[in-house]
Amino acid sequence: MAKRKVSFLISVFIWGGGQFLIGKQKMKGFLFFCMELIFLSIEFFSGYWLDYLAGNIVHFRIGIYGGFFTRGLWGLFTLGDKAGARYGDHSTMLMIEGIISIMVLALFVLLYIWNLRDAYQTGKDIDSKGVYTTSGEYLKHTLSKSFPYIVLTPVIILVAFMVLMPILFSFLTAFTNYNKNHLPPASLVDWVGLKNFVKLFKVPIWSGTFFSVLIWTVIWSLLATFTTYFFGMFQAVLLNSKHVKVKSLYRSIMILPWAIPQMISLLVFKNLLNGQFGPLGQFLIDIGVTNKRIPFLTDPMIAKVTVVLVNLWMGFPMFMIMIQGILSNIDKSLYEAAQIDGGGDLQVFQKITLPLVFQATGPLLVMNLAGNFNGFGSIYFLTEGGPVNPNYQLAGDTDILISWIYKLTLNNQIYDMAAVMCIILFILVGGVSFWNFKRSSAFKEV
Amino acid sequence: MKNRKKNPRGLKAFLINAELIITSLIVLIPVIWIVMSSFHKGTGLTGSSLIPSVLTVQNYVRLFRETDYLIWFKNSLSIAILNAFVSVVLILVTAWVVSRFHFKGRKSGLMTMLILSMFPSFLSMTAIYTLFITFGLNKTPLSLVLVYSAGAIPYNVWLVKGYLDGVPISLDEAAYIDGSSKINTFFKIIIPMSKPIIVYCAVAQFMAPWMDYILPNLLFTGTSTKTIAVGLYAMITGNENSYFTTFAAGAVLIAVPITILYLLFQKYLVEGISAGANKG
Repeated sequence: MAKRKVSFLISVFIWGGGQFLIGKQKMKGFLFFCMELIFLSIEFFSGYWLDYLAGNIVHFRIGIYGGFFTRGLWGLFTLGDKAGARYGDHSTMLMIEGIISIMVLALFVLLYIWNLRDAYQTGKDIDSKGVYTTSGEYLKHTLSKSFPYIVLTPVIILVAFMVLMPILFSFLTAFTNYNKNHLPPASLVDWVGLKNFVKLFKVPIWSGTFFSVLIWTVIWSLLATFTTYFFGMFQAVLLNSKHVKVKSLYRSIMILPWAIPQMISLLVFKNLLNGQFGPLGQFLIDIGVTNKRIPFLTDPMIAKVTVVLVNLWMGFPMFMIMIQGILSNIDKSLYEAAQIDGGGDLQVFQKITLPLVFQATGPLLVMNLAGNFNGFGSIYFLTEGGPVNPNYQLAGDTDILISWIYKLTLNNQIYDMAAVMCIILFILVGGVSFWNFKRSSAFKEV
Repeated sequence: MKNRKKNPRGLKAFLINAELIITSLIVLIPVIWIVMSSFHKGTGLTGSSLIPSVLTVQNYVRLFRETDYLIWFKNSLSIAILNAFVSVVLILVTAWVVSRFHFKGRKSGLMTMLILSMFPSFLSMTAIYTLFITFGLNKTPLSLVLVYSAGAIPYNVWLVKGYLDGVPISLDEAAYIDGSSKINTFFKIIIPMSKPIIVYCAVAQFMAPWMDYILPNLLFTGTSTKTIAVGLYAMITGNENSYFTTFAAGAVLIAVPITILYLLFQKYLVEGISAGANKG
């Protein structure tokens, strides 16, 4: 039998065995074998397998006596089978532990595959070339080749645990009944499959609220992005005009909303526009514009207009500054040529300025749109999503998807439906962003 | 300008300047109002006007005497400094590796990270919370820094990578020929060459935690671990706006230094944002 097959077969059972026995690579084989040992030790010493095999445990339960991996998998599949706060299983904890153990397991599976491929390759080299590479040569080669992976390992681990693991948890929550009626540790959570998705589209109160909120979310993000963008551009063009004498003064004033922390601005506006005590309402009465207080934040329609306007106040300076930068980089000869050809101001703006600005800000505009789609603060700190709409399921008139999700989780503990919404929101925002990056120059350069 | 008002040129100049003045006023009024409110006599929102008749520093005194403002400030400051440092190190090293070395999974890895970071994070917080409890990390600033810096990696790595791609690779090669190691090249060439983008990341990452409400509100419970954002928000919700002027004082105290910092580093921030625009 060819050495590659023997080597492969031995390594299937004893990691590194093929490399050790057939390839004469003592060190490499030993390292692979250590990996297998670590893997098995984690499982055996974190559980009570030895006691069980010795017959010391009569009523064996994986949830109590299993090792790191078996207990993790068991927890993820069953989400616990014994209810009760004191001695029962904690479903969400089990789910998180399960996800972690699967992630660690995946790492060992990768190591195992590497071991198999390497065993085969080692055998093949001997079969075809008759060369025995030493472990030292191999390690040296691998270390220099995998330098990027070694440096990135801490980052990958951090991202895996802080970004990936929580996402997997939210994602899986959408397929459970984790809500206020099934709250661990007092009661168990169960897998319910696609029930929540069906509920979202079939139960009128959910689907009604969802589509209304979704439509407002889309309108909001379009308005929020384009009002700030075009007003910012307008200000930039005006500031660029030769008729303006104190450019830097105007500029320093208008940059303020960008520099002041957004949350503070929003909370200030919340008070400024307060329907009962707010000074703006009082001012409008005093100058005789109206004779009663305007419900800036409590009338469905006015509140919607208010959030867009406040967002405009906060958002236009960033675009103004950026577009100013772009304008100052535009080749002056373009304008001179246009002037000779007798183009009016508006024409020059349409034919020269606008396309150039669009081209430079395109990808950022899409990112801004995605940001506003997820713009929790702009809504929540100003109106808290209100005014409350009695026809909506726990949402208000200005609620966008993300603030609705926030309310569902934090105020109402409806985690399962919130998770469904998270997935939908992610598909929308992630999809748009993916398309945006795919066609941006950065991605093509990679 | 008034004397040229008659001809169309003058009219245009007048309109442009009028628009700029009005916009400046609209921008300024809420700012002036909150600053004035912080010196307003009385505690509530009622009666607060643009120019109060009596000015007092009572609100600032109350802020320090009756609330834990200093503790919040200390918490936020330590998180911000730590976050700026940790994030910049992680971002820079990752961007350097991604920009200079070609390895399997680079492109798809970058893309996956970026798209994953767009998943809404409220629910995920439960998982992170559990994770921190398991490792005994909750209530330490480090836990927030870990979440912030992990979250900052995807977008900023793209940004810095774009910048580093613009740094001539011949510099690295020259160093390698002279026998410099990879790490040494990183310290001697990459870091000095990328100072502007490092400043951008550091400032942005220093700013980010200041006004984040959701994460500290979820991860930190209890008064001694509150951050500024959580403290300020609690001050004006649920108590009939009766602490409004104290809130105003707290807001002014935190907004002034951050605004100054922003204005000082404006150049870098604009550069960073435009780099993001061009590089996606």
